[in-house]
Amino acid sequence: MTAAVHTGVAGFLAQYEALRGVLPGDRRERDAAAEAFRRAGLPGAAAGRREEAWKYTSLRPVADASFQQVSRVFDGRHLPHVDAPRIVFVDGAFRADVSHLPGTVEFTQFEAFGGLARPDRDPLVALNTMLAEDGAVLHVPGGVDAGSVVLVSVGNDRAAFHPRHVIRMGQGARMTLLELSLGDGVYLHNPVTEVFVAEDAALTHVRLQNEAAGAFHLATVYAEVAGAGTYDSFVLNLGGRLVRTEAHVRFTGPKGVAHLNGAQLLSGSQHADFTTVVQHDAPACSSRQTVKHVLAGRSQGVFQGRIEVARVAQKTDGYQMNQALLLSPDAEIDTKPELEIFADDVKCSHGATVGELDAEQLFYLRSRGIPDAEARSMLVRAFLAEALDAVTDETARGVLDRAVEGWWERQAA
Amino acid sequence: MLEIRGLSAAIEDKPILKGIDLVVPQGEVHAIMGPNGSGKSTLAYVLSGREDYSVSGGSATFDGRDLLEMAPEERAAAGVFLAFQYPVELPGVGNANFLRTALNAQRRGRGESELDAVQFLKLARAETKRLAMPEDMLRRNVNVGFSGGEKKRNEVLQMAILRPRLAILDETDSGLDIDALKIVADGVNALRRPEFSALVITHYQRLLDYIVPDRVHVLAGGRIVRSGGPELAHELEAKGYAGMVAEPA
Repeated sequence: MTAAVHTGVAGFLAQYEALRGVLPGDRRERDAAAEAFRRAGLPGAAAGRREEAWKYTSLRPVADASFQQVSRVFDGRHLPHVDAPRIVFVDGAFRADVSHLPGTVEFTQFEAFGGLARPDRDPLVALNTMLAEDGAVLHVPGGVDAGSVVLVSVGNDRAAFHPRHVIRMGQGARMTLLELSLGDGVYLHNPVTEVFVAEDAALTHVRLQNEAAGAFHLATVYAEVAGAGTYDSFVLNLGGRLVRTEAHVRFTGPKGVAHLNGAQLLSGSQHADFTTVVQHDAPACSSRQTVKHVLAGRSQGVFQGRIEVARVAQKTDGYQMNQALLLSPDAEIDTKPELEIFADDVKCSHGATVGELDAEQLFYLRSRGIPDAEARSMLVRAFLAEALDAVTDETARGVLDRAVEGWWERQAA
Repeated sequence: MLEIRGLSAAIEDKPILKGIDLVVPQGEVHAIMGPNGSGKSTLAYVLSGREDYSVSGGSATFDGRDLLEMAPEERAAAGVFLAFQYPVELPGVGNANFLRTALNAQRRGRGESELDAVQFLKLARAETKRLAMPEDMLRRNVNVGFSGGEKKRNEVLQMAILRPRLAILDETDSGLDIDALKIVADGVNALRRPEFSALVITHYQRLLDYIVPDRVHVLAGGRIVRSGGPELAHELEAKGYAGMVAEPA
């Protein structure tokens, strides 16, 4: 390990050269990823052609930031109290001393790549594949209901970490995985999570991204859902300076279900990009996406949603809704739905709404004696509540509600 | 007492109210009748503080306080209540939470103590029952999925809980069948007491059979063109507005 400061694409490649001999996993995959990362660079960092997948998000600020090896400090003060087993990573490294491992789930640390991720297509995944040192490997055996498990990531100033998580749900298995991301200072959290949902299994994956205000959070999930399996995902983006949560879900058997819901509450100059790709490669599967943005200050929200329906995927039911509430004239929302349909008997719909708070609703509340600021906050909460209602797990919902309250308190301060 | 003197108002530079003079003494119920487009709803909105109307002249005071200088929420705390002609739907806002927030905001505004959830629910359930409303109306989102009649009854429920000193009812009778109309009228009549006054805006005389006004005013072309006792409503019903409204140029 070196303490050298590294910056930009060259910095990450130099770090790889230094660590190459000690990193776990298949070295040929690492080398191929490094080569892909060398060719692609960080999207938007260099002048020139803009890739379609990165139309609205530039990683220039990541390229310009400097990172170094840091001491992995953890004092636990940020951790919300959740009554469930927890697995804690600090600056990307597993910390047994502050974790309470679940009894119902087989937990090991990252050793080998899962095989779903595509470093050849996504530069951030290439960066992760090149530099991943650690990660959680969770296996819920067939037929087991593992209850709730919390996966925590804490980042420290100047750290850059690329955890690689793998989640395997055996046939008929169930689990609610609550992921919390937080930290202090300027750091890069670039996780890749590979999810395998076997027949009749169900994973509820709720993520609270509440990183430090200066942090970069660039998370990519790949999920494969077998027949009658369910991948039920919700992301709440509150923190971070530059954020992208990208999810790729592929149905491999009939009657699978995927929910890729989320909400983003942004202020100041925050940028958060919610990108999804759903591949319907099997018949009679349904995918649902409802994403809501509340945008204050000069913040920018992005939604890119792509649904691909293969010729075999008859009776596909795809739904996509993106709604943005702009609380300031300087806030921006960019939305790009893409439907690519090769089957003829499908139901696919998408919609987008962008607006300010409704003047009639605001007047109605005020005419009943509710002061302007309180009336505005009631309407924003109501807008958000409709998104958060997608989270039916009570523990997870409670954590999200408290995080939203915290966001309001910070806005009011 | 509500005192309106020479009140003129416009929306997007289009004059609608052209000098209204109207006094509603404490304890009285006055009706405002008039054809469509005469400015009835505009008067209701201007008195309750809707921002898209600009007041171009005149004054409106309530118990000596200048209403036009006050924010909508301040007018509400002072005791002014508008029952909307078209109650607004609030998806994601529970009716009970809405009502309690409003009541407590007004109580705070008047320096009174707030009601806790238990005290509030007791009050809200009693009023809901009195207005023959299903109790689940408190649990539902404000006006979402309500029928036209339920929305109007929900306005009266809010009024019953907020206990205003001046209620402005903007065509609260429109879209109601006779049973719902009686319930709404009973709700208003239950509030009648010496310190309560009301301005009942209606297109038809029907409502005034149940809420009997002390005075009736006819609004046409942005002005009050006639005032009289309750019998004026019957005269209007018989003759129509056409005979009464000689629109001045």
